[in-house]
Amino acid sequence: MTERDHHNLEGLARGLGWASLGLGAVQLSAPDMVRHMSGVDDSSLSRVMVPLVGVRELFHAAVLLGSRRPGPWVWTRVAGDVMDLTSLGCAVSHRRGKRRRRTMTATAAVAGITAVDLYTAIRAGRRPWAYGLSLHAAITVKRPRDEVYGFWRDLENLPRFMIHLRSVQVIDQRRSRWIAKGPAGKDVEWDAQIVEDRPEELIAWRSAAGARVRNSGSVSFTDAPGGRGTEVRVELRFDPPGGMLGAAFARMLGEHPDQQVRDDMRRFKQVMETGEVVRSEGSPEGVHAIRQLRQRPAQPVMSGGRP
Amino acid sequence: MRANCWMGKNKVQVRNVPDPKILNSRDAIIRITSTTICGSDLHLFNGFIPTMKKGDIMGHEFMGEVVETGPGVTNLRPGDRIVVPFPIACGACNACQHGQFSVCENSNPNAGLAEKIMGHSPAGIFGYSHMLGGFPGGQAEYARVPFADVGPIKIPDDLPDEKVLFLSDVFPTGWMGAEMCEITPGDVIAVWGAGPVGQFAIASAFLMGAERVIAIDRFSYRLRKAERAGAETLNYEDVDVLDALRDMTAGRGPDACIDAVGIEAHHPAPMMYGYDRAKQMARVETDRPFALREAVMACRNGGVVSVIGVYAGMVDKFPMGSFMNRSLTMRGAQCHVQRYLRPLLDRIRAGDIDPSFVISHRMRLDDTPRGYDMFKHKEDECLKVVLTP
Repeated sequence: MTERDHHNLEGLARGLGWASLGLGAVQLSAPDMVRHMSGVDDSSLSRVMVPLVGVRELFHAAVLLGSRRPGPWVWTRVAGDVMDLTSLGCAVSHRRGKRRRRTMTATAAVAGITAVDLYTAIRAGRRPWAYGLSLHAAITVKRPRDEVYGFWRDLENLPRFMIHLRSVQVIDQRRSRWIAKGPAGKDVEWDAQIVEDRPEELIAWRSAAGARVRNSGSVSFTDAPGGRGTEVRVELRFDPPGGMLGAAFARMLGEHPDQQVRDDMRRFKQVMETGEVVRSEGSPEGVHAIRQLRQRPAQPVMSGGRP
Repeated sequence: MRANCWMGKNKVQVRNVPDPKILNSRDAIIRITSTTICGSDLHLFNGFIPTMKKGDIMGHEFMGEVVETGPGVTNLRPGDRIVVPFPIACGACNACQHGQFSVCENSNPNAGLAEKIMGHSPAGIFGYSHMLGGFPGGQAEYARVPFADVGPIKIPDDLPDEKVLFLSDVFPTGWMGAEMCEITPGDVIAVWGAGPVGQFAIASAFLMGAERVIAIDRFSYRLRKAERAGAETLNYEDVDVLDALRDMTAGRGPDACIDAVGIEAHHPAPMMYGYDRAKQMARVETDRPFALREAVMACRNGGVVSVIGVYAGMVDKFPMGSFMNRSLTMRGAQCHVQRYLRPLLDRIRAGDIDPSFVISHRMRLDDTPRGYDMFKHKEDECLKVVLTP
């Protein structure tokens, strides 16, 4: 899919948002008209249902028009369509004559809309996962470039700030063994090799053949202007375990991968500038996206007598 | 140990909690000898600061005696008396190296939360919500002080707690509020809010050579206090502040305006007050900026608006046209306390100022909840409560 196609799809998704807004407004302001047109004006249940569906449509509108990337949110409309088709199907089977014809027309219209929604949702949802995950983050560290480079080049330091790494063991100048905390408490282990090393400028590495999670990464170091230290830019690429599903699941748990890399960089800065990861009682492990969502109360961590 | 905990909106409780322990090598544990309730604690109490959690220990203005130090702290030893600055600062990042301690780049482990609300994260603060770090505060018997080798100042034994305690927050905050006005001879300074921070801003403005200081509040006992420091006063429930300031300055407007009020300002007209109050309740506006709006409108052309009252998130109806067209400068900050400790301690020693003049009540730590109620409702002319564990 080209950039242009993608842009068009996002436009289509926005259009669906506006449609939701219009439909929701009508369902809330003139529910009786909607009930008549869809042939369910004889049912008292529909008196409640139609405004409720209207509220749901406004929700679709809010998420589609309120987000920067509306594509994935079209799935909420698809779910709504399924609900509507089910209740309309039920309505058709209980009606005769003119009402039945109106109900069937409404069903056909919803089916048509469902097709458009489904097309948009599937097409718009495809792009981000097409090439695995690529993550990046950048931070400025108030230390000289040679020192910052040197700390990173000793790969065994990485677990001090990359929270998902259990250990890195250097085998020789190029090769190292990495152990990471994987999903569901299972460790993932692989060998990596440095594929490029320009002192004080860039380090690039890649998992060796046979790694279960293929991944690669690079980090570059440049002087920050005006004696502000060193700008560090890191880029990681990997096929997430469990593919797209695994990534989506991790996202639900607050493990947004981009956030992880940003957290790692924040801890890196703390270690370089203050000597260690900064902890608080609310976040005893230090910077960690999950912990930010589920804070401990700001109270001392463990009981124990004071002398 | 005993500690005053936030238990929900309008509810604090002194509870038994675990004693603090060292988490980082540059931590110190101190036994608190004096602590206070700050005006900004009322914003937490009243539920206006997001990301508070039930059980959070409150308080960010405190001092005490070192009982334990981490291996990274070499300048303090058990028995030292120290005052602790309320912003936590590492001393090593770019901000700290430029003296901007309250925007330390490393001291907030929950920087991600603050970034969502503010774009970038400021420093962590003791006892002041989880978006500012989730650090327990100082309304307690003991506290852990991170970066104890950078922030705290040692206090010689001959100065009593009450003279130096406010170095922790309100004195330097008021001082910096006046400093940001860049006072030159002849300047007229207007100060919104005659609470403790406002009182120190008034005193500091005079120490920096202001010609006149005008204090604006609605509680006559606070205005009387300001008068004793040499300020002229306006009760905004009795007079139209903009008109009065125009008259008092012969049409110029004050050369600089200090907002020492922040997010819970009041307005004498019920309609105006109700407008922002309703939006706050509906959560479409976090802060009610009556004092700030008035300060901008009142300031002379080309003057400075100095904001030291606490703001949390978003304000509506900001008079941007007045600000831009009239060439105003606005400055704001949580105080870079570390910067001012030494010079202000010297001033206290020299007798230029005795900060204990703001104290109105002394209580035991166990009575903290009553202190919050009194302070909130301005009972018994409450201005500043000092607590001792």
